[in-house]
Amino acid sequence: MKKKLIFEKNVAGRRGFSFSKDDVPRYLWEDFLPAELKRKEKLYFPQLSELDVVRHYSRLAEMNFSVDKNFYPLGSCTMKYNPKMNELAAEERGFSQLHPYQEEEDVQGMLELLYLLEKVLVEITGMERFSFQPAAGAAGELSGMLMIKKFFLQRKDFLRQEVIVPDSSHGTNPASAALAGFKVVTIKSNQEGLVDIDALSRICGSRTAALMLTNPNTLGLFEEKIWDMAEIVHKQGGLLYYDGANLNPLLGKVRISDMGFDIMHINLHKTFATPHGGGGPGGGPVGARGKLKEFLPLPLIGKSQDRFYLEYKLPNSIGRVRSFYGNIPVMVKAFAYLLRLGKEGLLRVAEHAVLNANYLKEKLKNYYEPATDKPCWHEVVFAGLKNKTTNVRTFDIAKRLIDYGVHPPTVYFPLIVKEALMIEPTETESKQILDEFAGVMEAIAKEAVNNPQLVKEAPHTTPVGRLDEAKAARQPQLRWVPPSA
Amino acid sequence: MAKLYSKSHEWVEVQEGSRARVGVSDYAQKELGDIVFLELPDVGKEFHKAEQFGTIESTKSVSDLFLPLAGKIVAVNQAVIDNPALVNQDPEGEGWLVEIEIEDKTQLEELLSPQDYRSFIAQEH
Amino acid sequence: MPYIPHTPKERQEMLETIGKKSLCQLFETLPVDLRLRKELNLDRGLSEKEALDFIKQLAAKNKNLDAYNSFLGGGVYPHFVPAALKAILQQGGFYTSYTPYQAEASQGTLQAIYEYQSYICLLTGMDVTSASLYDGASAVAESILMARRINRRKKVLLGRSLHPEYRQVVKTYTAGIEIDIEELKWDKEGKILLPELEMNLNDDVSAVVVALPNFFGLVEDIKTITTLAHKHNALVIVVANPLFLSLVQPLSYYEVDIVCGEGQILGQRAYWGGETFGFIATRQEFLRKIPGRIVGRTTDKKGREGFVLTLQAREQHIRREKATSNICSNQSLNALACSVYLSLLGEQGIKALAERIFSRAHYLYEQLVSKKLVQEVFGSHFWGEFVVKIPHLEQVGKEMKRHRILAGVKLGKLYPQLENCLLVFVDGDKSKKDLDSFVQTLEKLI
Repeated sequence: MKKKLIFEKNVAGRRGFSFSKDDVPRYLWEDFLPAELKRKEKLYFPQLSELDVVRHYSRLAEMNFSVDKNFYPLGSCTMKYNPKMNELAAEERGFSQLHPYQEEEDVQGMLELLYLLEKVLVEITGMERFSFQPAAGAAGELSGMLMIKKFFLQRKDFLRQEVIVPDSSHGTNPASAALAGFKVVTIKSNQEGLVDIDALSRICGSRTAALMLTNPNTLGLFEEKIWDMAEIVHKQGGLLYYDGANLNPLLGKVRISDMGFDIMHINLHKTFATPHGGGGPGGGPVGARGKLKEFLPLPLIGKSQDRFYLEYKLPNSIGRVRSFYGNIPVMVKAFAYLLRLGKEGLLRVAEHAVLNANYLKEKLKNYYEPATDKPCWHEVVFAGLKNKTTNVRTFDIAKRLIDYGVHPPTVYFPLIVKEALMIEPTETESKQILDEFAGVMEAIAKEAVNNPQLVKEAPHTTPVGRLDEAKAARQPQLRWVPPSA
Repeated sequence: MAKLYSKSHEWVEVQEGSRARVGVSDYAQKELGDIVFLELPDVGKEFHKAEQFGTIESTKSVSDLFLPLAGKIVAVNQAVIDNPALVNQDPEGEGWLVEIEIEDKTQLEELLSPQDYRSFIAQEH
Repeated sequence: MPYIPHTPKERQEMLETIGKKSLCQLFETLPVDLRLRKELNLDRGLSEKEALDFIKQLAAKNKNLDAYNSFLGGGVYPHFVPAALKAILQQGGFYTSYTPYQAEASQGTLQAIYEYQSYICLLTGMDVTSASLYDGASAVAESILMARRINRRKKVLLGRSLHPEYRQVVKTYTAGIEIDIEELKWDKEGKILLPELEMNLNDDVSAVVVALPNFFGLVEDIKTITTLAHKHNALVIVVANPLFLSLVQPLSYYEVDIVCGEGQILGQRAYWGGETFGFIATRQEFLRKIPGRIVGRTTDKKGREGFVLTLQAREQHIRREKATSNICSNQSLNALACSVYLSLLGEQGIKALAERIFSRAHYLYEQLVSKKLVQEVFGSHFWGEFVVKIPHLEQVGKEMKRHRILAGVKLGKLYPQLENCLLVFVDGDKSKKDLDSFVQTLEKLI
């Protein structure tokens, strides 16, 4: 059955919107602009009524899994509940109806919010300053890498061309380093899934600009030797970058600066509960301490007596990484969340995130092979089914979960674990949900033995089954094409 | 003449004189998965031994192709460009990628025989 | 405890299952000397009402556009957005969902993005586009990186008449790459100085970037610039206002190579410049060089049609350091808002809005110039924004503001040679009264 695109619901003459009466005299294009530039072709946009549009999109919304409806244990994504209060906060017209070119005297409340938000982030992480410009985690990483590059260039330390990245890292780490012009050196993890500290000592040297790490790492393990690693890198004159993706279990427990990190980014859409929106918008503020903070993207937020202002006098800044000031509504939501949580709430977040992940590890370990015996932090990684005799793979298990109304966890990541299943329940899920999930996972593990075809051909209950990805890449159809073309 | 293999999973088959065909091994196409696209060089381009001469894209990766020995491209297999799946179907036959004019025949001695290649793969596993 | 559902009993049971006695024991692998010994120096958590009240209080300290008759533009164009848009976007299925990596569980998002991609292609006249980038500025930067990937040349030409923020972001993004950005001056009509362009065009030039319209609101000579650039095999990147494109011939007619731009004007709120997306579109030939994720159409085993993220092999999570870009997310919800907005307005609505902006801008310009209230700077080859000169602009602006009119963006700080110049944008929702009020207030002051 063919999917009906919105373009195919076109009915000539339908209108979804009308303007107020046009009382301004009309002017002719030809009097001011080249006639041949004027559009002669139709746009081929569909003509629809408001109800047509509402129905179409409401049906699409229903076809999605979402945190509001489903358990979403994606590793390193921290799919926690998105509090509705934050949405209400972001609806304030006092924020949404501000123009970026308005004068500072008109936006004091906006500046104050960002100033206060920065203070909270500083307190939590131990960094000294944050810039809110980066629009996402990856943008934050790129900013961090560019800052590090400029830092060394300033000191005429031209040799610092390399960034070290563990083989367990998220793909944006090496991509951001490469985009900033660094050579990426990958360091292998040891048997325990942690950074091999001897290997680090060997690789680290005068060519090392930085080591990029997330802690806990992508196996959910805490890099216990982090202080030693920091010493090694710093002794060689390099810097330590923290990928904030796994910040959730550290809140109130340990500060990023205390682990020796010099610079970091935060994923507001992970740790601070701003919604993922199907893939964006997010927020990736970048923070730094010591001399590095001079290189932060501008503008920063300043305060002088009672007035807030935009700080542009940052001669060492890497410049702008986004137009204007950042994904502002995301900042407002994060701020609302932090107000609600307070210092004790943050601590509870960390504790329950770790409690939930360890609980799941215990409940699942009879059927799934833990990637490591060590206790995990906020996420747990399994190397597929314990029973290796079946031909059911992690990919199939993920698809079968969909039939049970659970969004699959992260699969095949980290790359160093075969048939990896990476599960991060987050602290907002209850024991019941976790028990249900464990029950479902157990059921699927049994199906893998007793009825493998059922799993291998899953999902069965969704509007579409497994889609032919090879076909999509071989014969790309990436847009609707109007009929007359 | 039998095929010879490189450690980066390309094969070479000498045709006549100094002309040879180059493709990826059956093992490679299995590991890569469904091939969706090939980026191959123009005829006339020259490459050193082990130099990257193109890319092979599957749904899960884009991998580099390395020329097993130095040479000049004299033919490109349009059939795989039009139908990348051919590389999965017949990687060591109709799914060849390019033909080259070999620059230095002694470089053939540095490549692996089919048995050596099989042992090499077994090790990798 | 906000958002944490565990009861003490449940916590106890769970700890027992794990074999731990307390929550503290969960953190045993945290080295002792790293542990925070004291509480964070933050306030206690507030109740929902207290938190909202505090935020309302901050919001009240701002003077937003509701308080003014605003003519501010410069890349962010606030205007009325239909109520249905918000209602659609607020559905949990859209905003609390994740990136659609598991296609079967995300057909809603995937189809919505596919439709968004289609809309952008229809507007620009290009063959393919990706699922959106962060904003217009990064879209320009990504376009330049893309051009460089295509022809490996090291020089890029762009006008100083391109948005100052976009140029700054381009500079930041290209700091790590070997590339030379050359800024071209503008002529007396505010457009790229063609003789200077010709002089700088050679076989080293990767791309020429031209804005449509440019920061001053002026419509550049796309045809001539593209012809000149292509003579040297340089690519042409057009930075376009997507609403303006509804009135313009599909850019494929001019054989433009890449079209990018800022999407705020299509259904996004002003939000202090923070709510937006960027787009980048290109010809079929460059499909595999485009950054960002892409949604494609395909079928399942039963022949049912569906949508998937495709061509992911180019992206960061697979290619890592060889990726086309480091971009991991798109601005999915904003791209969705764009689609919904275009669907609600339709072809008629979009064109009507673009025409209303055009008429209003020219009406205001004519009034101001004919009444000798302003001096012309670049003339009238504009669409919806124009530049005029007003002596003692600083004073005049302050006074206008006291009369609740935000007259426009003062260009002096951004372009030293444009002291006392004002960039005025006229939104399509403004009434004749709003425009006459501007004229009359200015008249009184002068």
